[in-house]
Amino acid sequence: MNELIFFFNKVIISGAAIGSIYAMGAIGVTLIFSILRFAHFAHGDMMTMGAFFAFALTAMFPTAGQFIGLPTGFVMMPFAMALTAVIAVLLDKTFYQPLRKNNVAPVVMVMASIGVTLMLQGLIRLFGGVEARHFFFAERKDIFRLELPFEAASRKIVITEPQILLFIFTLVSVFTLHYILTRTKLGKAMRAVSDNPDLAKVSGINTQKVIIFTWLIAGSLAAAAGTLLSLDVSLKPDLSFNLLLPIFAAAIVGGVGHPYGAVVGGFVVGFAETLSIFNWAIFLRPFKDSLPDWYELPAKLSLVPTEYKITVPFFILVVILVWRPTGLFKGKVL
Amino acid sequence: MKMKREIILVSLAAALVALVFAKMGIAFGLRMLVEISCFTIIALGLTIQWGYAGLFNAGIMGFIALSGFTSMLVSYPVNEKFWQSGYAGDLASVFAWLFVGIAVIWGINKLPVLRERQKLRRLLLLITIAVTYLSFMQNLAPVTSGIEKSAGFIGGFGLPVWMGWVAGGIIAGILAWFVGHICLGLRSDYLAIATLGIAEIIKALLKNADWLTRGTLTVSPLPWPVPTPGEIGFVASRAMYLAITAVLIGIIFWLLQRAYSAPWGRMIRAIRDNELSSAAMGKDVNGRRLEVFIIGSILMGVGGAALVTFNSIFDPSGFLPLHHTFLIWVMVILGGAGNNLGTLIGTVIVYIVWVMSEPATLAVFDAIKYLGLEWFDWQAPNDFDSRALQMRVFIIGLTITLVLRFAPNGLLPEKIRKH
Repeated sequence: MNELIFFFNKVIISGAAIGSIYAMGAIGVTLIFSILRFAHFAHGDMMTMGAFFAFALTAMFPTAGQFIGLPTGFVMMPFAMALTAVIAVLLDKTFYQPLRKNNVAPVVMVMASIGVTLMLQGLIRLFGGVEARHFFFAERKDIFRLELPFEAASRKIVITEPQILLFIFTLVSVFTLHYILTRTKLGKAMRAVSDNPDLAKVSGINTQKVIIFTWLIAGSLAAAAGTLLSLDVSLKPDLSFNLLLPIFAAAIVGGVGHPYGAVVGGFVVGFAETLSIFNWAIFLRPFKDSLPDWYELPAKLSLVPTEYKITVPFFILVVILVWRPTGLFKGKVL
Repeated sequence: MKMKREIILVSLAAALVALVFAKMGIAFGLRMLVEISCFTIIALGLTIQWGYAGLFNAGIMGFIALSGFTSMLVSYPVNEKFWQSGYAGDLASVFAWLFVGIAVIWGINKLPVLRERQKLRRLLLLITIAVTYLSFMQNLAPVTSGIEKSAGFIGGFGLPVWMGWVAGGIIAGILAWFVGHICLGLRSDYLAIATLGIAEIIKALLKNADWLTRGTLTVSPLPWPVPTPGEIGFVASRAMYLAITAVLIGIIFWLLQRAYSAPWGRMIRAIRDNELSSAAMGKDVNGRRLEVFIIGSILMGVGGAALVTFNSIFDPSGFLPLHHTFLIWVMVILGGAGNNLGTLIGTVIVYIVWVMSEPATLAVFDAIKYLGLEWFDWQAPNDFDSRALQMRVFIIGLTITLVLRFAPNGLLPEKIRKH
């Protein structure tokens, strides 16, 4: 029983937490991929940037959260989201729009986005340094230990406050996005542009507005994901590429252009990561006596050593590209 | 008119080199020239991938790291302790079992009986892959930790350095074959994502596989193909090293120029400029792309091996995307993708500016620190210097975006010849 709870803590909760982060990042990537037609490499650093805004605001008003009873970082998150969204639009205006006007090849846009990545990275590290930081300086991080009503279960389910907030926020944002995309005029226009940009343009859809709206959504979700990730663990300025690969894998697994697919893809990648680094020897230990003599139970029995975690999203990416490049939900292959 | 531009740029590059020699001394200048020559080989590899064929390789670092490691493995002196320790046999048997497993997987994949029964074939494949992988990981772990405890790491084979460079190029080519095989049928974005990922993975593997690379302890000194500075002095030995890399560049340059104007080069450019029409003309688009990708990666491998050998230290954590991928990108797109001379000049100029930018940035930020303290009583943070150097990351990014926008063809654009 204790083993199951350990599994639940290590795989289900952590997987859902990191999966939500990937999902929120992947929604932005997949929207940009389908509407602007290029892989946005700066997304990982946009997440870090959002987290830094939240951090700076938290440092300025360290006690603001106490009035509401939530972590200050979470209270400051909406402001960080707004800031990041505005900056995303400005970045588009200054760096991507001129290239779009010149009608460059899509791969040049990818290169430009790498340029933006480096600029953001440089600025973040210039102002924020490179060491990891914690959000909780004026308050404590609440950790809930839930007891289970079974005799055999002495271990407790551990879940932190940021994780609960993360799950709630992910749910809310996915439903909001669903509402926007299916019920509002702008959301429908977004889907039209993603399906066929030329047809959308001649039928009178304001593509410029759609693009701005896309950046607003992508930027704010990126900031939220970055803030929630750093609330849960810590704010690491050097994540960028390590965050980018799982997010791209999630977007491609879900099928490019499918926001719901991106959510599913995010959780697929998140759970795949936690499952493959989980120490499966834990489950064999209770049966130690009934195992055959020649089999010596190793102390660690995981599919992938923890330090090679980054191979998991890559492996998923390769499998999906070989086996089904359209992704699980029949997205586009650009 | 066109020639004039080339003359101006060549003399600018020469002037920069001369300035460095005059300011910093001959030994430093030679060192920089050797590094430039290694980067030139890598950049030439990128210029045929990007300039000739329009393939986006965002993981040059991975190719450099892998070939640097291969070259180290081949040429580093033999570690007697390891070969006498008995772990050598264990390691061989672990890998022999891995190859048995791979052979079985390959056999199941090719078995004609199973062609008809797709489900059974898939199931069998999955089972054999899982068994092979799990048993390999289980068997490898005790052997590697044994090696680390008893002998440190497995050492090298003690072969001549040039063999290491050749092996590095070949391994980089094989890696390119795998990546290209998966991604080249899709749009270039996917190639960029995959190469970026593979670069990070190779770095993680090399960093954590202590039994192969000593991990963070680093391997040094790597043997040189020429007498080391300890034997004949810095200037002479670096000059000899430079002679070797210069000859290499000369050969590669000549071959690339020939290939560019040959029917093969024309076909590659036709595919880059209009994929659809070249496919309609019966050209094997993906096959040609794979060819270019592999050839470019081999060049990157050779250049990377030369670079790592010259630094004389193999440090897996020293490979940085900024330094080993994006700096090379700037060299190529600033110099003019698809123009070999442009790439050469771009490499010289960008590398010199890059090296000089470190003291320059520090000087500027020192001034900021001083003025901040004087005027606003602002106390700079402790890690101010290391932060200041991040400014260079910003500059590299800014350069990429500005070049793409205002000079998409670089300083020396590719010459379009009309027939």
